[in-house]
Amino acid sequence: MAIETNSHITHRDPSATENGPSNGLHSELDHLVSMYRQMYLIRRIEEESARAYAQGKIGGFLHLYIGQEAVGVGAMAALKPEDYVVTTYRDHGIALAKGMSPNALMAELWGKKTGCSQGLGGSMHMFDEPTHMLGGYGIVGGHIPLAAGVAFASKYRGDGRVTLCFFGEGAVSIAGFHEGVSLAALWKLPIVFICENNEYSMGTPLSRTMSVEDVTTKAIGYGMASDRFFADDVQEVERRIRQAVDRARETSLPTLVEVRTYRFRGHSMSDPAKYRTAAELEDRKKKDPVIRARAKLLSDGYPESKVTALEQEVEDEVTAAVKFADESPDPDPSILEATTYDGPFAS
Amino acid sequence: MARNIRFREALREAMIEEMERDERVFLMGEEVGHYQGAYKVSEGMLDKFGEKRVIDTPIAEGGFAGIGIGAAMVGLRPIIEFMTWNFSAVAFDQILNNAAKLRQMSGGQFNCPIVFRGPNASAKQVGSQHSHAMEHFYATVPGLKVVAPAYPSDAKGLMKAAIRDDNPVLVMESETLYSVKGEVADDLDVIPLGRANVVRQGKDVTIVAYSRMTHVAMDAAAQLEKEGISAEVVDLRSLRPLDEDTILDSVEKTHRCVVVHEGWPYGGVGAEVADRVQRLAFDALDAPILRVTTLDVPMPYNAKLEQLCIPQPDRVVAAVKRVVYRGQA
Ligand SMILES: Cc1ncc(C[n+]2csc(CCOP(=O)(O)OP(=O)(O)O)c2C)c(N)n1
Repeated sequence: MAIETNSHITHRDPSATENGPSNGLHSELDHLVSMYRQMYLIRRIEEESARAYAQGKIGGFLHLYIGQEAVGVGAMAALKPEDYVVTTYRDHGIALAKGMSPNALMAELWGKKTGCSQGLGGSMHMFDEPTHMLGGYGIVGGHIPLAAGVAFASKYRGDGRVTLCFFGEGAVSIAGFHEGVSLAALWKLPIVFICENNEYSMGTPLSRTMSVEDVTTKAIGYGMASDRFFADDVQEVERRIRQAVDRARETSLPTLVEVRTYRFRGHSMSDPAKYRTAAELEDRKKKDPVIRARAKLLSDGYPESKVTALEQEVEDEVTAAVKFADESPDPDPSILEATTYDGPFAS
Repeated sequence: MARNIRFREALREAMIEEMERDERVFLMGEEVGHYQGAYKVSEGMLDKFGEKRVIDTPIAEGGFAGIGIGAAMVGLRPIIEFMTWNFSAVAFDQILNNAAKLRQMSGGQFNCPIVFRGPNASAKQVGSQHSHAMEHFYATVPGLKVVAPAYPSDAKGLMKAAIRDDNPVLVMESETLYSVKGEVADDLDVIPLGRANVVRQGKDVTIVAYSRMTHVAMDAAAQLEKEGISAEVVDLRSLRPLDEDTILDSVEKTHRCVVVHEGWPYGGVGAEVADRVQRLAFDALDAPILRVTTLDVPMPYNAKLEQLCIPQPDRVVAAVKRVVYRGQA
C-alpha cells in the first residue's frame, strides 16, 4: 500500500507548487536554512526528551514527533505570528515550530514552574499564549470543535487571523471531528484542518480504522476544499498549506488537508511498536524529512561548514534547555487553586 | 487451592471463563485485540476467540458504546473496554441516556445486559485529561450498577457477576492496580454485586474505601495501629448498589467514620456514604464523618503536586486522628 512519491496522490490544485515565497533565490535559501534549523531543533529536543524520560526526569506519557517534523515546520512557515494553533498530545514539535522557547518546553516536560504551563500540563498540554499556541489536548478529537471556536472568534472579531488545527487520522472516526469540521464549513470559518496521517493510530494501522483511507473524501460531504500530499519535503508542505491558509484568510473558508507522514518511534515511550516490521520502518527512514532538508540545503549551495555550525548552535541550545529544566524549581502548591479559578473562590 | 495472580490476569480469566460458557459474550474496544490490550488485560484473547468475539474498534467511544448497547438490547452480552474511563466522557451520552434508561423507558420490555470496563482514576503524571476518577459521575445514575474492586479475587468474581447481570454494569479498574498480585481461589465463582467487605477488623474507627484507596486505607490502618489506634477498613467493592448494612454495622461498632476516595470532594461517593451514616446511624456517631478525597482541582502534571492532590496514607491517618480526637484539631 506504500505510495512512493507525491505524484501518486491526486493534487487537487496543480498550481499549488507555484505559490512559494517569491522574494528571490537568496532569501529562499535563508528561509530553507531557518526551516531546517527548526526541524533539526525539534529532532534534537525530542531525542533529548526520550533520554530524559528514560532517566525518569519526565513522567507520564511522552509522544514523540520524530519523523513528522516537516509537517509542523512547513505548516507554521505559512502562518503569520498572530495566527492560532491547536493540536493534540503529540505537541512538542508543533509548539516549537510555533515559536515556543525550548527552555519553556523542556521545563514543562520536567514539570517545572518555569515551564510554559507552569509544570501543570506536561508533555500533552503545551500552551503558550505569547506565541498563540492554544494547546495540546489529550482526548482524541476533543480539540477539533474547540479549534473551530477559535476560528469563529476570529471571524466574529474580524481580526484576520487563521487557525491551524492538527490531529491524527485516528481522530477522524470520532464525533468531535465531524461536528467541528461540519460547523466550520457551515459557518465558513477561517481554519485549516490538518490531518497528520502517520499510518497508525496507536497500534492500529490505517486499513483497520477507516473504510475509506483517503481522509479528504470527507470534505466532499461538508462542501469543503481539501488537499492531500506527502510531507517528506518541508518546502512542499509550506507551499501547500499556504494555499489553504490564504483561502482561510482571504475568503474565510476552511480547508481539510491530509498530509501523509510517518512516526519513527512508537505511539508513546511505552509502546514498543511491535505491530510494524523493522523493514517498514527502515524504508520510511529513507525519506527522513530532516535529512532530506539538509541535503536540499547543500544541493542549493549552502556550505556544509555553515550547516554544521548551525547544528552545533542547536546542540548548545538543547543542552542549555536541559540545564534550564534541571535547575528550575518545582511549582509551589499555592498555584493549584489560583490556576483553577480566576479570582477568589471558596468551594 | 488458590493461585497468586495479578489483577489484570484475574480480570482476563473472568472474561475468558464467561466467554467460554456463553457464546453471546464478546469484547470490544480500542486495541483490545491485535495490540493485546493497551494495559494487556485482554492479552491472548484474540488468539483464543478470534476477531468475531474480540473486536478492535477505531477511536469512536460514542459509536462503539452505542453499538454495544444496541446489541445488548437484542440479546448479546457485550463487554466494552474503554482505554481509560477518562475517554468514556465522550460516550457518556450513550451510557446515561441509552444504557441506563432503556429498561425503564420501555416499560421493562428491554434489558441492557452490558459491561463497560477499563482503567480509572489517576495513573502517574498523565495530566488532567487522563486522571479523572470517573465513578462519581456514573454512580449517581439510576439504571446503572458500578463496581470498583481492590483485589484480584474481587476483580474476578465481580467481573463474572457483572457479565452475568442483566443490567448495565460499569467496572472501574484502577490503572495502578493492574500488576498487583493476590490470591484467587481456583473454584472462585461469582461475587455478588452490592456487598462490601470488611478487609480489616478494628474498634476505634471505620475507614470506608474502594479500589486503590482500600490499599491506602490499609497502609494508614497499619500506621495507626503502631500508635495504638485500631481501624476497621470497609472495602465497598460496589458503589451502586451500596452495601449500607456493612457500613452501618461497622460504624455502630467503632462510632467514627472516615471515607477515602480518589474522586473530587464535591458530592460523590464520599458525600453519599457520609449522608447515609449520619442519617441512619446518627446516635452511634461520636465525631463528625470526615472525607479524604483528591483535592478540588484538576490533576496537575508535576509529580509532587500530583502526590499532594491524591489521597495518601498520611492524610487518612490525620483524618482518623481528628475523629478519634488525638492530634491536631
Ligand atoms: C477519546 C479518546 N480515546 C482514546 C484515546 C487514547 N489514544 C490516545 S492517542 C490514540 C491514537 C491516536 O492516533 P492518531 O489520531 O492517528 O494520532 P497519532 O497518535 O498517530 O499522532 C489513542 C487511541 C484518547 N486519548 N482519547
